[in-house]
Amino acid sequence: MGVDTSLMVGGEAGQGVQAAGFIIAKALARHGLSVFADQDYESRVRGGHNFFRVRAADSEVRAISETQDILVALDRQSIDLHRAEVRAGGAVIFDRDAVGEPYQGNGLLGLPLERAALEAAGNRRSANMVAVGAAMALLGYDVAALQSVVLEYFGGGNAGQGNAAAAARGHELAGASSLPGPGPQLKAGGGARRMLLNGNEAVALGALAAGCRFVSAYPMTPSTTIMEYMAEKAADLGVLVVQPEDEIAAVNMVVGAAYAGVRAMTATSGGGFCLMVEGLGLAGMTETPVVIVDGQRAGPAIGLPTRTEQGDLLFALHASHGDFPRVVLAPADVEDAFWLTVKAFNLAEHYQLPAVVLTDQYLASSYATAEKFDLAAVEIRRGELLGGTGPSQPAPYRRYEITPSGISPRAFPGLSTALVVADSDEHDEEGHLIEDAATRTAMMAKRQRKLKGLAGEMSGPRTYGPAGADITLIGWGSTLGALREAVDVAGRDGLSVNLVHFGEIWPFPAEAANRALEGARRTFTVESNATGQFASLLRAETGHRVSGSILRFDGRPFAPAAIVGQLRKEVA
Amino acid sequence: MVKLADYSGGRPAWCPGCGNFGILNALKKALVDLGLEPHEVLLVSGIGQAGKLPHYTRGNVLNVLHGRALPAAAGAKMANPGLTVIAVGGDGDGYGEGGNHFLHAVRRNHNITYLVHNNQVYALTKGQASPTSDKGFVTRTTPQGAPAPLNSLAVAVAAGGTFVARGFAGDPDHLASLIKRGIQHRGFSLIDILQPCVSFNHRNTHAWYRERVYKLEETDYNAADRMAAIGRCEEWGDRIPIGIVYQQDRPAFEDEVDAATAAAGDAATAASSSAAGRKSLVKETIDPRRVEALLDEFI
Repeated sequence: MGVDTSLMVGGEAGQGVQAAGFIIAKALARHGLSVFADQDYESRVRGGHNFFRVRAADSEVRAISETQDILVALDRQSIDLHRAEVRAGGAVIFDRDAVGEPYQGNGLLGLPLERAALEAAGNRRSANMVAVGAAMALLGYDVAALQSVVLEYFGGGNAGQGNAAAAARGHELAGASSLPGPGPQLKAGGGARRMLLNGNEAVALGALAAGCRFVSAYPMTPSTTIMEYMAEKAADLGVLVVQPEDEIAAVNMVVGAAYAGVRAMTATSGGGFCLMVEGLGLAGMTETPVVIVDGQRAGPAIGLPTRTEQGDLLFALHASHGDFPRVVLAPADVEDAFWLTVKAFNLAEHYQLPAVVLTDQYLASSYATAEKFDLAAVEIRRGELLGGTGPSQPAPYRRYEITPSGISPRAFPGLSTALVVADSDEHDEEGHLIEDAATRTAMMAKRQRKLKGLAGEMSGPRTYGPAGADITLIGWGSTLGALREAVDVAGRDGLSVNLVHFGEIWPFPAEAANRALEGARRTFTVESNATGQFASLLRAETGHRVSGSILRFDGRPFAPAAIVGQLRKEVA
Repeated sequence: MVKLADYSGGRPAWCPGCGNFGILNALKKALVDLGLEPHEVLLVSGIGQAGKLPHYTRGNVLNVLHGRALPAAAGAKMANPGLTVIAVGGDGDGYGEGGNHFLHAVRRNHNITYLVHNNQVYALTKGQASPTSDKGFVTRTTPQGAPAPLNSLAVAVAAGGTFVARGFAGDPDHLASLIKRGIQHRGFSLIDILQPCVSFNHRNTHAWYRERVYKLEETDYNAADRMAAIGRCEEWGDRIPIGIVYQQDRPAFEDEVDAATAAAGDAATAASSSAAGRKSLVKETIDPRRVEALLDEFI
């Protein structure tokens, strides 16, 4: 068997858990390994307990492991909380001076982390890098390669030099020890270089590649880093990123900008999306293309602010009063996060409607290695635009011209002499408000006709595992990686299991779903919510009634072994 | 050459004698005087009787939700600074439902003009108290009398307003000149307009206003004095000032964005600047390959 190693960095907020975890992940990715990493953090700036898990293998990994080869414990609490997750033969790295040596057993590697940081970097805050150096030494990782990753992360200034020195010191300290742990696995030098990015970064890149020019968003975990990343790149790319007074302003600004003719988006979480619902309906009624990212977190209300859930599915499908067509896409992984964001812009503009990209905290903040996105494959579909604009154009322009497809050619205000009239009241073809029954009926029918064209745009579910299996797992969104591995684990355990997984949710690809589920014997949805929302949707759209649902709603992500464990209980 | 007839729109569904007619006429006159063609103008309105105004003239129109005219207007202006953007709404729309947007649009100083038809009552819903109803104003929803009103002009000055004015629907020529100056002002221009409601406000009538209003420009008032402006905003009762209460120069939000983009020295963005020298996001072409370098940063 090849390399498949897992590490965890644990500590208080403010101790550099994220930096340490990311540097380990980046270093392992540089080695050519497939890397997956997730973050667990509390809603606080200092103190508490956070951890960052990294798994790396020489075959594709897209799920966390709930057991670790190496635990890097930056505080004592991390040892108490996670020691049981360390595999036999694994190692626990901790600060001997701070923690003392109260623990017995193999694999304990107490090092003077802070003292070494002070000596090497002149700053005890670099203790996390000493620990990283030690952990990577246990894996046999080259010290020079590690230092270059540290320098990239912190920059070449004093901080970079100090932290690189701290990492080298840690590497040396561990090398001089009796080396508990998984042993030096990383003998061969690196493979192909791939990107290492998280779901939010992939969404932001997708939006930028799609030509998004305007972002208005209000900070809310877990989506804030989307606007932060885009703001960082905004000036170079001619993008305007605005932080308004609230989510209501955010979505209405996006409607205004999209009406004016630019690709525009906002990003929030469920609570912010609640405030945007009225604006979502405005986009529906005015047929304005907007993209809204809802990075789901555990709700309702403030819920678990930094933790994951798939609890907004039915909300996203039904948000706002009245009927109007919309698109809902739920990326499965970082590649999907990029490509479905591009698709959201294309469908929003082609069909002139709101598109919701439904991610979650787990996808948003988990890192994965991915092949570089092929930008030549990014298609830009702005939809039908008014042709022949100019003084000779026959007046008046009919923004809501009744057409067989339901799509009326768009014009943008001020870019021609066409007067663009858009109204949130029901309106006539020219956009002026009406109250008569015939026009209302015709306009509602026109908007709904877009669903016909949209139906042909939606991809069906992915399938994985043996055909004709006894048990079919059904999932959607960010759980793909864990579910695929669960199928493999179950297979090795003698269970006959396959997977049907949805990334494109609405309009629901019912025919493709029926085909994928044809002949399925026992079906279970696997969802991070309390009520089996996808099971309800599936039944409503296809009539398929699942045998049961494996649900998790404690704010923590699914891991493959845990899914199989729950499945065994269901089928016992 | 643009004429008043170019701004003739649909037939208003307002009550005969409504103050809104004076406002509509003043707006048309201001636009014609400024030589603006209807396609160069974007009217963004909220919901209420005032929100219907764009349908009764000509121009680009975005009639949005109750209280949300300002963020939608700001979004359009940020996307295309070449548009002359005028937001329109009532007192309930702008100071009640949209109160938070009002504060922050003023603060950010978006380069747009905001006409608030202030009739001190909810008319579309047939006569309930509004945020600016006089204290003690009795309606079916406030049988005990309305609480103290919001001093929207003082709020605008305090929030960092750069053009704060009050007009009177009963004096359309004076109002037209205020609207013109508001549009010409670089930054957020608030024009709160005393608008008699003949159906639901029998206290603040045409005659009531006419007896009380006086023009600030006919006094020795200095509209550049911020503290004096706050004081003048308090004047309400026997005498009610109309005209520019406060005006100052402060960079508009869109100008600050332009400056930041120019500082970044992006050639592609500079090349797409409009003839007026302002950047327009709507004129930029989409090229996915521009993010190639960003992808490399993740490797």
